[in-house]
Amino acid sequence: MSGSTEVTSKAASAETPGRGRAPGRAATVRWRWIVAALLLAAACYAPFQLVPFHVFQLSMVLVYAVALLGLNLLVGHAGQISLGHGAFFAVGAYTAAILLQRVELPYPLTLPVAAAVAFVLGLALGLPAMRLRGLYLALVTLAIAIFLVPLLKRFEPLTGGSMGLTLAKPAPPAWTGLAEDQWLYFLALAVAVAAFLLAHSLLRSRVGRALHAIRDNEAAAEVMGVRLSFYKTLAFAWSAMFAGAAGCVYTWVIGFVSPDSFVVTLSITLLAGLVVGGLGSFSGPILGGLFVMFVPGIAQDVNDAAPGVIFGLLIIAVMYVAPTGLAGLAGRVTRSIQKILRKE
Amino acid sequence: MLEVHELTVRFGGITALDGVGFSVQHGEMVGLIGPNGAGKTTLFNCLTRRYDADGGTVRYEGGNLLAVPPHAIAALGIARTFQNLGLFPRMSVRDNVLVGAHHRGEAGFLRAGLGLPRVRAEERRLRAEADRVLERLGLAEVAGHLAAGLPFGTLKRVELARALVGRPKLLLLDEPVNGLNSAEVEEFAGTLRAIRDEFDVTVVVVEHHMGFVMGICERIVCLDFGRKIAEGPPAEVQRDPGVIAAYLGTSA
Ligand SMILES: Nc1ncnc2c1ncn2[C@@H]1O[C@H](COP(=O)(O)OP(=O)(O)O)[C@@H](O)[C@H]1O
Ligand SMILES: [Mg+2]
Repeated sequence: MSGSTEVTSKAASAETPGRGRAPGRAATVRWRWIVAALLLAAACYAPFQLVPFHVFQLSMVLVYAVALLGLNLLVGHAGQISLGHGAFFAVGAYTAAILLQRVELPYPLTLPVAAAVAFVLGLALGLPAMRLRGLYLALVTLAIAIFLVPLLKRFEPLTGGSMGLTLAKPAPPAWTGLAEDQWLYFLALAVAVAAFLLAHSLLRSRVGRALHAIRDNEAAAEVMGVRLSFYKTLAFAWSAMFAGAAGCVYTWVIGFVSPDSFVVTLSITLLAGLVVGGLGSFSGPILGGLFVMFVPGIAQDVNDAAPGVIFGLLIIAVMYVAPTGLAGLAGRVTRSIQKILRKE
Repeated sequence: MLEVHELTVRFGGITALDGVGFSVQHGEMVGLIGPNGAGKTTLFNCLTRRYDADGGTVRYEGGNLLAVPPHAIAALGIARTFQNLGLFPRMSVRDNVLVGAHHRGEAGFLRAGLGLPRVRAEERRLRAEADRVLERLGLAEVAGHLAAGLPFGTLKRVELARALVGRPKLLLLDEPVNGLNSAEVEEFAGTLRAIRDEFDVTVVVVEHHMGFVMGICERIVCLDFGRKIAEGPPAEVQRDPGVIAAYLGTSA
């Protein structure tokens, strides 16, 4: 841990000269990349230290983080809401499963196809949905999630009905020398890193600013030339695409899809995870991914009879302690550490 | 450059604009005055296509402005500021200003997401330009701050910077010195004069502050209850009995 303390003090001292003016932005950005690099290094190291089950759990955290990255684009950055994100996750998962089993497509190719199918569906549904606001939008997106499961059950020849589909997981190439769980983990990690870079570069551009402008003040955004329906619909489609990609990796990692895995609760858990992780923040999707992966299980352990109640209470507790989400809490802690170091 | 003819806007029973007509020549600085509720902001909202007109025409550089969709106004070279600030509170001052340059960029979702070299070059160009405008308006120091929480006078300048970075030909300012103290008003008048020449922009300014409008505008249009009651050089409009009555009427 001494390595990271050194980094902290360096970042803090770099900030000191600019203290009276805008807080050293360059230093903050550099500091963020250092943290990201350290995290990535830790993420590459972890699967060699953990038992397969924990590696599997981490893979799932990455899968959810990718889905939340998409949801964050829509909810945290563009200020819209979706209670139906699980549907696009399911579409991605089923697309991959069907392609693997019925078409026998090589698994790397299922990723772009699953993402594209979710994108097109997101575009088609986003076109009418994004004309709505607030509660109406929430309701329509919720309806998407509700309709999905019965729909999946109906197309039995393709989807395997309520039995679902069981598939062989992608096998690690011999040259890697990796075990299956490790290989799947690295696949998930690669997709997550690519998704993060994509979202990061998108948000730092003209497009990201247009989304933020819509979130903060629609009328003013339009006067600046931001075409509201275009950006909202594409934000919806892009967030669906991330969810679809996440769903595809889910299928790789679990090797099984069934309608019961994608009930409405998934959509709601995803949204809750994002809010708890931190809306519109850089680290929110990762923290949210941890939340989605582990908290429902913890709730089950605490009280077997009413996991929903415990789950709800946990959300309330987190929001009480950290109203801006865990990412906001982490930010506050970092800043106070920097302040203490600066005083010395 | 701008010709407003018989413009009428109704809200239910209220006629906010009632057959208003005037024109603005290239390079002019026109003041739009009138008591509260006279319809000045409504007029701006028509020109930026936020409100639909119930009658009349607006021609801008020879084209029919009322047929242009709201998001395409900026690209035509029309920019505005808002009476009660229309900033993006959770964005930095610099990003606020960069949104003003939105219509000058081209990057779409895919190209921006992939961070292609052309997108980066465009971003660098716009950032440099935003920084120049920020510098020009004395906002360089606060460029990294969130818009929320800055002093009102600073935010007014941020709005002006955001409008200017879009390289407008026609600038619509809605009560730009409202809420500023007299020293700030003086300073703003100077800035606006200089900026008009530097950016070669035509200005229509709504303002209650008579000293400010009279000192800076070449021509004044006065509205009252949605009707134009006077138009002419400042000295003339100031003496107009109808204008005096309108202002005395509201202050009584
Ligand atoms: N969106 C609206 N809905 C209903 N009435 C409006 C709306 N906008 C303006 N008005 C009415 O139009 C009239 C002119 O308002 P406005 O243009 O804001 O006046 P000014 O800017 O000159 O003070 C007022 O009576 C106001 O109440
Ligand atoms: Mg007004």
